[in-house]
Amino acid sequence: MRYAIINPGESRSFLDGDPFLAGAGSVSEADVVLYCGAPYQPDAGKGAIIVELGQECLGEHTGEDMGEEGSNVLGFARYRNGADAPSNLVELVRQPRTPDAALGAARAVFEGAGLSVAVCADQAGRIIDRLVRPKYNAALRLLDEGLATQRDMDLTCRLGLGYADGPVERVVRGGLAYHHALTKALFETYGTPGYAPARRAVVAAARERQRS
Amino acid sequence: MTTSIRTVGVCGAGGTMGAGIAIVAARGGYRVISYDVAEAQLERAARQTAAFFDKSVERGKLETAERDDILHAMERTTDLDRLAECDLVIEAVFEDLSVKRNLLKQLDAVCPEHTIFASNTSTLSITEIASGSSRPDRVVGMHFCLPAQLMRLIEMSPGILTSEDTFRAAWAWTERCGQTPVKTQDKPGFILNALLVPFNNDAIRAVEAGVAEPVDIDRAIKTALGYKMGPLELIDLVGLDTQIRLCEAFYPVTLDPRAAAPPLLRRMVAAGLLGRKSGRGFFTYEGDAMFGA
Repeated sequence: MRYAIINPGESRSFLDGDPFLAGAGSVSEADVVLYCGAPYQPDAGKGAIIVELGQECLGEHTGEDMGEEGSNVLGFARYRNGADAPSNLVELVRQPRTPDAALGAARAVFEGAGLSVAVCADQAGRIIDRLVRPKYNAALRLLDEGLATQRDMDLTCRLGLGYADGPVERVVRGGLAYHHALTKALFETYGTPGYAPARRAVVAAARERQRS
Repeated sequence: MTTSIRTVGVCGAGGTMGAGIAIVAARGGYRVISYDVAEAQLERAARQTAAFFDKSVERGKLETAERDDILHAMERTTDLDRLAECDLVIEAVFEDLSVKRNLLKQLDAVCPEHTIFASNTSTLSITEIASGSSRPDRVVGMHFCLPAQLMRLIEMSPGILTSEDTFRAAWAWTERCGQTPVKTQDKPGFILNALLVPFNNDAIRAVEAGVAEPVDIDRAIKTALGYKMGPLELIDLVGLDTQIRLCEAFYPVTLDPRAAAPPLLRRMVAAGLLGRKSGRGFFTYEGDAMFGA
C-alpha cells in the first residue's frame, strides 16, 4: 500500500528518523494520504485519508452528523505516554459510517510498517487514555493515603499483573503535568470522578505554570 | 510469641487458589495438610498438583527425587481436626466474610495457641475477618496472586490487632518459600485489586460504550503498555461471576463508581458467559489444564 505524508515534520507519532517517514512517496501516486498537523484535503479517490490526532476527536476535523458521519477520512495517533517515545500501537479512529475498505486501507499502511493497530470509535481518550488515566489517578490518590509505598505499589503491579512498569512510575515518567492536562480534558468531557486530576498532578501542573 | 513454622495447613485446597498455595508451601520445603470439605475436589487438586510437578521435572526445574519428596510431604483431609498439627494455616475459602469468620472460629478450637492464621482474601478486611477469632493478634492478610504456584507476589496486610511477631513470622515464611511480599494497609482490595477491579470494569464499560471491540482493547493495552494480558482476557481468566463478586465487595465499602459492576458484566453472567470456565466470555476457549510447571 503506497502512502504519502503531508507535513511529516509536525508528527508526534513519527519522530525524525522514523523509518515510516522514509517509506512515504508522492501524493499523486499514493493510495493513502496521512496529514500530520496540517488541515486535510478531501479526496474521495484515495483509499483513505488519515488525519493525525492529538487529544481531539476526529469529528473536529470532519464535522459530525448525529451518528451518520463517516467517509474515507480516518484519524490516527501512535500512542505515547507523555514524554515517552512513541509505542508500537496505532489507535485508528473510525466513525460510524466509515467504509470497511477505507479502514482496511488505513490499517494496511500501518501494519505494513510493522505497527500494531487497534481500531476504535471517535471518543475522547480513545482506548488507552480512557482506560489508564483513571487508574493513574487512583494510584496517586492511594499513594497520598498511605496504602503502600510507591516502590511497593509499582512492584505489586509488575509482579502481580505482569506489567512492564508500575502505575506511579509510569505516570511520573510520562509527566504529571501532561497527565493533569489530559485528565482535566477527559473530566470535562465525561464528568465522571475517575478522571478528576489527582492532587499530585494538580501540584505538578501548578509548579510548571510557575516556572513558565 | 515467636512461631517456628514446620507444618502448613491450607483451607480450601480443593480450589484453584488453595491448590496453588499448597504447591508454594510444599515447594518451600514445608509439610502441607490440604483441607477441603469435598474429597472429590481435593482428589482433583492432587491430580493437578502431581501433573504440575511432573511438568517441573520434565522442564528441568526439579529432580525426580525432589518431586517425590514434595509430593510425599503433601497430605489431604476433609477432617478439620487434622489442622491441629499446623503452625500456619492459610485459608483460601469462598470470599465471604461470614464463611471466613466461621472458619477462624472453628480453627480456634482446633489449633494450638501459637498457630498463625493467614487469610488469602483479595477484597475483605483482615481486621473484620480476624474478629471471628478469639486471637486476632495471630491473624494476618496473605494475598497470593493467581496462579499462586507461578506468581511470586504476596500482599501482606496486618489487621488493626495483628501483632508485630505474627506479621514478622508470616512475612519471613513467604520469603522462605521464595515469594516476594509487599506490605499494604488493610484497605479494600489492598494494592492489586484496588487498582485492577475498577480498571477491568472500565474496560468492560468501554466495550459497552462501543469504544472498541474486546480484541482491539486488549491488543491496544498489551502493545502500548507491555501488559502480558489484556483486561478482558484477564476477566475471562478470573471469571466474570468473580468480577461481579469483587465489585459487590468493593462498591458498598468504597462507593467508588468505577468499582460498581457494569451492566454488560451482569448481562453476560446472566447469559452464562463466565469466561474460561464456561468456555466463553469476552473470548472463546477450549481446555482446562492447570497453568505452568
